[in-house]
Amino acid sequence: MSAEPTATSEKTQAAAPARAARQRPVTRYWQAVGAIAWKDLRAEIRSRELINSMVLFTLMTVMVFSLALELDSDARQNVVAGVLWVTVVFAGMLGFSRSLAAEHDRGSLDALLLAPIDRSALFFGKMIGNLLFVLVISFVLMLLLTVMFNISLIEPLLVVMLLLGSVGFTTIGTLIASMSVHARARETLLPILLLPVSLPLLISAVRGSAAILNEMPSEDWLPWIQLLAVADVIFLAAAYSLFGFIVEE
Amino acid sequence: MIEIRKLTKTFGLNPVLRGLDLDVERGQFLALLGPNGSGKTTLLRILAALSRPTGGTVRIGGWDLPAEADFVRAQLGVVSHLPLLYDTLTAEENLLLFARLYDLPAEERRPRVDAVLERVGLKRRARDVVRTFSRGMQQRLAIARAILHDPAILLLDEPYTGLDQDAAALLDTLLREVAVGGRTVVMTTHDLRRGHALADRIAILSRGKIALDSPCADIDPDALPALYSDVTGAATTR
Amino acid sequence: MAYPSQRTRLLQGLTVATVVLFAIALYLALFWVGPERTQGEVQRVFYVHLGSFLGAFLSFTATVVAGIAYLRTRHPKWDTLGLASVEIGLGLSAITVITGMTWAKPIWNTWWTWDPRLTSVAIMWLAYAAYLMLRSGIEDPERQRRFAAVYGIIAFASVLFTIIIVRVRPDTIHPVVAGPTQADPTGSFDVTDRIRDTLFFNLFTFAVITAVLIWHRIRLENLVQRVSRRKMELLAEL
Repeated sequence: MSAEPTATSEKTQAAAPARAARQRPVTRYWQAVGAIAWKDLRAEIRSRELINSMVLFTLMTVMVFSLALELDSDARQNVVAGVLWVTVVFAGMLGFSRSLAAEHDRGSLDALLLAPIDRSALFFGKMIGNLLFVLVISFVLMLLLTVMFNISLIEPLLVVMLLLGSVGFTTIGTLIASMSVHARARETLLPILLLPVSLPLLISAVRGSAAILNEMPSEDWLPWIQLLAVADVIFLAAAYSLFGFIVEE
Repeated sequence: MIEIRKLTKTFGLNPVLRGLDLDVERGQFLALLGPNGSGKTTLLRILAALSRPTGGTVRIGGWDLPAEADFVRAQLGVVSHLPLLYDTLTAEENLLLFARLYDLPAEERRPRVDAVLERVGLKRRARDVVRTFSRGMQQRLAIARAILHDPAILLLDEPYTGLDQDAAALLDTLLREVAVGGRTVVMTTHDLRRGHALADRIAILSRGKIALDSPCADIDPDALPALYSDVTGAATTR
Repeated sequence: MAYPSQRTRLLQGLTVATVVLFAIALYLALFWVGPERTQGEVQRVFYVHLGSFLGAFLSFTATVVAGIAYLRTRHPKWDTLGLASVEIGLGLSAITVITGMTWAKPIWNTWWTWDPRLTSVAIMWLAYAAYLMLRSGIEDPERQRRFAAVYGIIAFASVLFTIIIVRVRPDTIHPVVAGPTQADPTGSFDVTDRIRDTLFFNLFTFAVITAVLIWHRIRLENLVQRVSRRKMELLAEL
């Protein structure tokens, strides 16, 4: 990133000829991304407050689902994909909201913005932290549902599905949470903003996962995987280009 | 070092800065005084490239804001009334994080972090989580964070907020130390006497403009409160 | 600063022209084109159904354009266009859904079904309703415009999804009039010359209606802002 000549550096050649040869003094992209993701991880490993409460939340959601839907073994087969994804989405939203609210309320987001890093590097740092969190939840859920519903979810294809779905959902979730933290009713605004734009992703993931679990032929789940991959690319590109506008004032 | 011309900033229909002009020379320590709502914090946020001006030009070290913010950021250190630290990380981890973000060479990071911790007197607490620190210690660590990359310009926004007598006195000494060596400092404060004692120039901001700008040597510290209410009078009588 | 009267007159003229166009379009749809062979009279709702969807699509496209233009120029007029186009788009897509339901009841024997296309349109509608929630949730006007621009761009993903979903999933029972149909939807009909002409005229009319409505909404917003600015001025004088 820092190596590419930009319009900024061309402009300064006229303004400050003495420093014309200097490139943008921006910290290497992945170093910045890594540093930010690392500090979220470090803080979480130390406090473990988020992950503990989320694992409990996941456990309870699965209980509520199985009680509310009164699932027999046939019904389980059909709804397990839905239970999986809905739980991931709700747990994820709680996590995103907390991760950005913490930065916002303590002013530490300003400290990150003061650093000479690309704004999108800041985004991906936060997003990778959130992604790890969503993946841990998903993994716990897979084990939980496999044990409690007696349906084996540990399948390579399903893992691919989970990865693709989590990347897209975390990207758009982190992006929207960074806007909703500024609102008065941030806890209610986040789901309202996030659900409609991530529902296409969710529908693809649920339909695809269900098709895989029911051992349908590949033409029944392949389009969903493709749709997920396309959505991921679109959301990543949107986040890369739009995050800067959200954080600058 | 800092050149501000006709700077305006409005929030919605509400103008906060109304055509402000200000120059700060290299090595100068400027105390920016003014009542609440006069635009001090807004001005500092613009200088820190956190906020965009609505109109006018701002140049820092020869670079234009906000267009060349990347060039400015590496030369700035900022201390705010919030500590801007992660309270579940240790002092050392906080500083190492920012050392990486400011792109200090890998082999210099640890010695540099040790050096600044020593300087602010927190060497012994380096491996303690920031949450356990007192307000004064957090503020010292915040200064360590701000000078970590040896910036040419230091921006201080009400650094004394919430400090007790001892902590404030310690901060005084620390600020005197970090201000030497050609570093330019801009500090906002409510505390007229402290501003006068620390700085070598005083500017009073009132209703989004510089109402008074003078070297400290020309102002009698005892006359400053009267002078202050005189120039900001319109705002304080309301 | 009076509102340019020339522009107002142009808008008035356009409005009259649009009403005439719409009357003709309705005449074509309700009388000129005979009842469809298999579905009978109820098929006539289809012209408004598709027309309003085109209008909604154009509106939401305008939202994206306005969002990009706002982020580039920071001129509030683009934000006004964004807001106007979202509101008009919401209205038009509501018409799409309601006309669809009145058609579905006799043809599919249900008002609503969780078909991919119907579901995706519902999601689209919710996404733009959320846009309005975002606006009302953010207080600082500058930040409100910025976030609205960003969300207006992101929300277009739901419009794309509406269009893509029937190509990816052929199990929809919704008829696909334009483009290749993979499946065997319930309620398709043969397109005769008269049906085609009526359809094109209706589509054109709805495109014009959309533009004129957005213009009216922009004008209304400008008037609202003028009133609130005048109010601020009067309050300041008191």
